[in-house]
Amino acid sequence: MQPATKNFRAKEFRYSSFFFTGITGFATYLIVALLGVVLVNIVVHGWPGLSWRFVSTIPKKDVFDPATTGILPMIVGTTIRVVLMTIFVLPVGVITAVYLTEYAHNTALTTRIIRIAVNNLAGVPSVVFGLFGLGFFINFVGHNLDLLFNNGEKAWGHPSLIWASLTLAVMTMPVVIVATEEALKAVPPGLREASLALGATKLKTIFKIVLPQALPGILTGGILAVSRAAGEVAPILFTGVAYYMSDLPTHLTDQFMDLGYHVFVLSTQSPNIDQTQPILYATVLVLLILTFALNLAAIFVRSKMRRNLRSLH
Amino acid sequence: MPEISLPTTMLTDVNAAPAARGVPLITIENLALYYGATKALKNISLTLRERVVTAFIGPSGCGKSTLLRCLNRMNDLIDNVRIEGSVKIGGHDIYGADVDVIELRKRVGMVFQKSNPFPKSIFENVAYGLRLHGMRDKSSLESSVEESLRGAALWDEVKDRLHASALGLSGGQQQRLCIARAIAIKPEIILMDEPASALDPIATARVEELILELKENFTIVIVTHNMQQAARISDQTAFFYLGELVEYDATTKIFTNPARKQTEDYVTGRFG
Repeated sequence: MQPATKNFRAKEFRYSSFFFTGITGFATYLIVALLGVVLVNIVVHGWPGLSWRFVSTIPKKDVFDPATTGILPMIVGTTIRVVLMTIFVLPVGVITAVYLTEYAHNTALTTRIIRIAVNNLAGVPSVVFGLFGLGFFINFVGHNLDLLFNNGEKAWGHPSLIWASLTLAVMTMPVVIVATEEALKAVPPGLREASLALGATKLKTIFKIVLPQALPGILTGGILAVSRAAGEVAPILFTGVAYYMSDLPTHLTDQFMDLGYHVFVLSTQSPNIDQTQPILYATVLVLLILTFALNLAAIFVRSKMRRNLRSLH
Repeated sequence: MPEISLPTTMLTDVNAAPAARGVPLITIENLALYYGATKALKNISLTLRERVVTAFIGPSGCGKSTLLRCLNRMNDLIDNVRIEGSVKIGGHDIYGADVDVIELRKRVGMVFQKSNPFPKSIFENVAYGLRLHGMRDKSSLESSVEESLRGAALWDEVKDRLHASALGLSGGQQQRLCIARAIAIKPEIILMDEPASALDPIATARVEELILELKENFTIVIVTHNMQQAARISDQTAFFYLGELVEYDATTKIFTNPARKQTEDYVTGRFG
């Protein structure tokens, strides 16, 4: 024991601590600043080009003429493909996660293989998903559907909304699976035990107790999937997007125009770059707004659900 | 620590001397349980009687909770658990191939150490088990929920907020809600795994009172760390040590004149 009368050592300046605080703070502010520059740039340049006519017009032939063009089909196409993808990816992803957390034995070889597969799926470049979609969904599934039901005439075996959405669903599957798994693991084991001890089957326990508890977390997975998919171009390049269409898509097997791809078209295919620049910026701004809006909608639903879980039932 | 090994004959002798009312309901014979290669329960034989409170006591890790969970087969949920011997309830082997574990758990309810109400309303918590077992009619649900809440001495405190979240209740109320939930489906036996260990003394006293009331209608098996609690509420007490049943007798005998030195040392607080 030190004698109680001994003085504390005087406080000294620690260079290492000062330096490290500085570095981490600098890195953080740099990221925020970069994001700010990008957003400000897009809003400042895109805002003047934005008008009701612009977002509500189906362009006739020349998509590069700021006076006559519009982006309604691109907004519609992007929205539909994201919504369709969500419809495909949520059930499959959630069911997979339920199997992995509630049924599979954690140490079993098959479970480990599934987990490795899911993790690797998340690391595959998106253009590879595009090629996969072309090879599997269009050339294999679509082609065989045509052979079976259409005497080989091309109704399914070409790029279209449904194949693009399915490709995106495969791409975002790991996000949904991982988020759902986390949500399921966060449900207290005591609740499962309580339900089983009352004589509930495992299935009832999952549907009545576990999944309702995990729903906000599952929606987080959905939000992440939507955010990732809304801006992706590579996976739909070979599986459904069109350079130009004179009408809105009306059927699952129609091709569609897409905001992200349209940005690419405007910035690389324009005969007059200066003339196209305002609508390019405006299109990018709309893409950003749309992504935010889809996110906000999902976040709103989730917070409402959380409130319900906390207060009633 | 001395090794304890008991001849089975002695255990049967203890069982043969009923010190309390009730007919034999649960018969455990030579029960052994393994977690992988570890033997957690060693040749347990004991008979529990109907509408009697039986307390399982013993130091942590002695297997009392594990044994409790054998009685409604909650151990089925854990991988690598292997069971030898038999557990019979009313003469039926509950580990028999023809036994439906759903039906078993309907007849053998359970209350856990940590109160675990569902994140639903108070009403829905109690109605959950009733709905599971087929009750659909709204008015019978309502009357059963009321009856169960009254049975758990909770009705007066919650009757005005049946549709408020159960998570808003205090710890003691939550535990009594869990008891209401368990008795709602009218089990014959209620297993309680340290039901009051997370409660303050006042809430504990209420739960103990409740247990004494419940034994009029239910057979109760309670695991407890609290020796005074076992002495206060149980009729029969079984003392376990290192996976073995050391002594099983009337509670008064266990606490005043135990047959074995080991038991005496534990209940007087000399070890454990």
